Amino acid sequence: MAETSVRSFTINFGPQHPSAHGVLRLLLDLDGEIVERADPHVGLLHRGTEKLIEYKTYMQAIPYFDRLDYSSPMSQEHVFCLAIEKLLGVTVPRRGQLLRVLFLELTRIKNHILNITTGALDIGALTPPLWGFEFREQIMGFYERASGARMHANYFRPGGVHQDVTPKLLDDIEAFCDPCLAMIEDLDALLTGNRIFKQRMVDIGIMTLDECWGWGYSGPLVRAAGAAWDLRRAQPYECYDEMEFDIPVGKHGDCYDRYLVRMEEMRQSIRIMRQCLVKLRQPDGQGPVLAEDNKVTPPRRGEMKRSMEALIHHFKLYTEGFHVPPGEVYAAAETPKGELGVYLVSDGTNKPYKCKIRATGFAHLSSIDYISKGHMLADMTAIIGSLDLVFGEVDR
Amino acid sequence: MDDRLDELGQAILRALPGAVTGYTVAVGELTVTAVAAEIVAVTTRLRDDPAFRFVTFVDVTAVDWPQRAQRFDVVYHLMSPYKNWRVRIKTETDEATPVPSIISVFPGADWFEREVFDLYGVVFAGHPDLRRILTDYGFEGHPLRKDFPLTGFLEVRWDDEQKRVVYEKVQLGQEFRNFDFLSPWEGTDYVLPGDEKAKAG
Repeated sequence: MAETSVRSFTINFGPQHPSAHGVLRLLLDLDGEIVERADPHVGLLHRGTEKLIEYKTYMQAIPYFDRLDYSSPMSQEHVFCLAIEKLLGVTVPRRGQLLRVLFLELTRIKNHILNITTGALDIGALTPPLWGFEFREQIMGFYERASGARMHANYFRPGGVHQDVTPKLLDDIEAFCDPCLAMIEDLDALLTGNRIFKQRMVDIGIMTLDECWGWGYSGPLVRAAGAAWDLRRAQPYECYDEMEFDIPVGKHGDCYDRYLVRMEEMRQSIRIMRQCLVKLRQPDGQGPVLAEDNKVTPPRRGEMKRSMEALIHHFKLYTEGFHVPPGEVYAAAETPKGELGVYLVSDGTNKPYKCKIRATGFAHLSSIDYISKGHMLADMTAIIGSLDLVFGEVDR
Repeated sequence: MDDRLDELGQAILRALPGAVTGYTVAVGELTVTAVAAEIVAVTTRLRDDPAFRFVTFVDVTAVDWPQRAQRFDVVYHLMSPYKNWRVRIKTETDEATPVPSIISVFPGADWFEREVFDLYGVVFAGHPDLRRILTDYGFEGHPLRKDFPLTGFLEVRWDDEQKRVVYEKVQLGQEFRNFDFLSPWEGTDYVLPGDEKAKAG
C-alpha cells in the first residue's frame, strides 16, 4: 500500500456538543484520528457562585448549591450544611440524619442513572436512557413530595432537614426499591455483556491508582482503580456508620470498571435506603427532624402562633440570619461524583467570609489532556462520560 | 482524634524545621502554617515520608484579607487515604510575590492554581500554563478579591444592529444594598458614635 501523508487537525469539540454534557469547549489536536493534545476551555457556565455566597446569609446561600451539580442537588447542599454545622457545633437529631441518608442515597441513584444511561447514549446505545429516566422521574417526584421542588430542593438545612415526610412517602419509596432494582438488572442485561459496549469501554482512559491520587480523583474513579476508599466508610458522617453496605472496587481503572462500580453503587444505595426505611419506622427513629436550638433553626409554624419568643426568632432568622463563630473548616462528603468539599471561612458575621467549593468534576476534567493522549477521537465521548462531568459544578 | 492530630502536627513541625512555622488544631482539623517559598519542599516531604503519606491532592485556594500587608492566604488541602487524615497548609503572600507552583509534586494542582490566579491574581512561579480559566476571554481584574464589586464592571448584551455581542459598563437600576447586621444587642464590641463620651465621663 502506498504511503499517504496524514494532515494534523485542530478541531473544536463543543461548546454545544451533545456528548460534552454541557458547555465544554474542547480544542483537540488530532493526528489523523489520534488525539495528541486536548485543551479544555471551561468557564462558559461560570456564574460567580462563590462571590455571590459571600454576599448572602448562610441560609440564603444554600439554594446556590442545588444549582452547582444539578444532577445530584441534595448532596451538594448537604456538604455546605455539614460545614456550617461543624463550625456551629450543632448536632442533627436522629430522624433528621436518617432522612438525610435516605435522600442522599436516592440522589446517588438519580445521578448514576443519568451518568450511565447518557454515557451509553453517547457511544450509541439509545435504549438505556429511555428505561432509566422513568425512575429518575419518580425520584424527582419524591423530591417534590419532601421539599416542594422537583430538582432544586433546598431541603437540607443547618441542623437537619426542612420538614418531616409523610408516612405515605416512606411507603412509596419502599415500593420504589424493587422496580428500581429490576431496572438496574435490565440495564445490566443491556450493557454489561454487550460486545459493542465493551469494545468502546474496556481499556479506554486507564488511570492507575497513584495517578488518580495525584490528580485529585475521588469517588467511583478511585474505586475503579482499586482503592476501597469511600468517605461514607472512612470518615463517616450522619449515621452511615450504622448502615451496612459494600464498597465495589474495580481492577483496571478504565471506563468499563467505572461503569461497573457505578452500577453496583446503585444496588448498595437501595440496600442503605431499605435500612433507613426500617429505622425511620422504629420508635427511636421518631422525633424532630431539625435541631431545636432556635438561635439557628426556625421555630415550627404552630409554635409561632402562640409564642412571642418563637415569633422573634423567626423574624431574626429570616432577616438577619444566624451568626457563625469565627474560624475555618473544610467539610467533605462522598457525593455521587466523588469528594465534594466546602472550605468555609467565617469572620463571625451572618455571611461567609469565604466559601470555596472544591468541585469534583473540576479535578477530574483537569486531567483530560493526560488521560486522553493517544486515544481515538471517538473515545473522547466515552472518557468524558466516565468522568461524570456536570458543568454547573465545574464552572461554578 | 484531636490528640492524634496534635501528634501529627508536632511530627510535621519536627520534620520540616524552618519551612513549617507552626500548627493549630481546631474543630477536628489540623492547620499547618508554612513559608511560601518552601511550599514545594513541604508538600514533597508530606507526600513521600512514610510517616505522613499525604498522597492525595485535594485543593488549592486563597483567602483575601485586604487590610493585611501580606493580603493573601494561599491554602492547600491534602489527604492521606492510607492513614485516613487530612491537613491544611497555609502560606501568606501579596499581589506581587509569586508562590512556587506544586505541579511537579501533584499534577492535579494545575487547574486549581490557574483558578487562584484567575480569581485572586496570585502568581505561581514555575506554572507552565498560567492562563485565566473560569472568567471570560479578555476579562480584566480578579473577581474574588474583596475590593472587586459584586456586580463587576462590564455587562454583555446582544446588539441587533451590529449583529454581535457588545460589552457595556454595568448600569444598576437600584444601588446594591448591603445591610449592616452587626447588631449592638448581641454584645459585639464595635463602637457607636458617642460611646466614647460615656466612657470619658
